[in-house]
Amino acid sequence: MNKTATGFTKKLDIPTPKEKLRHPMDRYLRTERFPHIWCATCGIGTILTAFISGLEKSGLEQEKVAVVSGIGCSGRAAGYLRLDSFHTTHGRAIPFATGLALGNPELKVVVISGDGDLVAIGGNHFIHAARRNIDLTIICINNFNYAMTGGQAGPTTPIEANASTAPYGCYEFPFNLPYLAESSGAVYVARWTSLHIRRLAKSITEALLKPGFSFIEVICPCSTLYARRNRLGTGLDLMRFYHDNALIKHGADTREIDIHYQDRIVVGKFIDKDKPTFLQKRDKFLRGKLGDKFVPYKGPQPI
Amino acid sequence: MTYWRVPLDLDQVEIPHGNIQIIVNQCKGCGFCVEYCPQNVLAMSTDFNRKGYHYPNIIKQDLCVNCNLCEIICPEFAIFVIEDKPRHPNPGDILKGGGNHGS
Repeated sequence: MNKTATGFTKKLDIPTPKEKLRHPMDRYLRTERFPHIWCATCGIGTILTAFISGLEKSGLEQEKVAVVSGIGCSGRAAGYLRLDSFHTTHGRAIPFATGLALGNPELKVVVISGDGDLVAIGGNHFIHAARRNIDLTIICINNFNYAMTGGQAGPTTPIEANASTAPYGCYEFPFNLPYLAESSGAVYVARWTSLHIRRLAKSITEALLKPGFSFIEVICPCSTLYARRNRLGTGLDLMRFYHDNALIKHGADTREIDIHYQDRIVVGKFIDKDKPTFLQKRDKFLRGKLGDKFVPYKGPQPI
Repeated sequence: MTYWRVPLDLDQVEIPHGNIQIIVNQCKGCGFCVEYCPQNVLAMSTDFNRKGYHYPNIIKQDLCVNCNLCEIICPEFAIFVIEDKPRHPNPGDILKGGGNHGS
C-alpha cells in the first residue's frame, strides 16, 4: 500500500479486491450488504458499532445471541449483523423475541428497534414484556420521529418540534421512555446518546449480562428529516448539541427526565435492580404448587 | 501527546501508538472522526471517493495514541486503528516551560 503523509494515494482510492481492507468488526457484519442504507451523519451506525463492541466485551458466544428488529430505519440493524437475526413486522419485534427467548432459554435475545416501532405500534408488547420480566435486552433508538416514512410525528416527538404531520409544531405530550420502562417493571434502564459511545457500549455489556428485561434508550440524530425540518443543521450539529446539553446523572429519578425540544437531556444509568425473570419465577412458582409433578421445559432437545 | 511537565517516571512512560486505516469508498463523509479525534490526527479531504463524498485524510499519523474513538464512532465501519509499537516520550512532547515543576 502506498501511503503518503496526507493519506492514501489516488491509486488506492479504488481498491482492487486483494487490497481491500477488512474492518475488525467484519466478523459480526454481513458486509456483502454494505454500504448500509442509513444517511450520512445518521447515528444508527454508531450505535451498531457500540452494540458490537459491547457484545464483544460481554464475552457471549456469537451463536448464542439473536437480534430481532422491527420496521423503521433502525429495524435494518438486524439485517446487517452476522448473528441469528430476524426482521419482523411493524411493532412485533418484542412478541417474536419473547417467543424466541421462551422457546430457547439459552439464547440471549436482543431487540434493536426504533421508538415508533417499540412504543407506538408495539407499545402494548413493550409494557407487557417488561411486566413479565422476560429475559430480553431492548435497545430503543430514539430519533424523535418516523424517519423512514417521511418524518411524521411519533410518540416521542417533543412539543414544539416540527414534523411532516405537525407543520406548526407537535402539540402532543411525548413519552418519557425510561419512566415507562421502569414503571412497567424493567430491571435495567439507561439512556445515552449516540455521542456517549463508550458509555453506551459499557451499558450494552451490562444489559446483555443482566437477567431480565433491560432497556436502553439511545438518542440518535436524524439528519435528513428531524434536523432538516427543524433547521438544526446536520447530524454532526446534533452531536455537538448532545455534547453541550447532555447531563450525565446516574440513578436520576425517571419521573424528572422528560425530553423537551432542544433542551437538556439527562443521560445515565437510572435503574439496575434484581428481580426473578419470567422463567425463574414460573419454575419456582409451579414447583411450589405441583411439587415433583412439575417438569420444567429445558429448551429444544436434540432428536 | 503532550505533557505539561516532565513525568517523574519518564523512563517507564510509554505513549501508545496506532496506525489508522481508512476504507475510503465506504465513507459517507459525516465528519464524526474528524470532529472527535482527541489528537486532531484527521482532516477532511478535498477529494471525493467513489460515492461522491469527502473522506478523512490522515494528516498527523504520528500523533495517534490508539484510543480507537474514530473506530467506535464511525457509523460506516470505514475507519479502524491497528495497534503499533508504543514509543517513549521525546523532548518535543513536553510543553515549553515545563520540566522544573515544584522548583
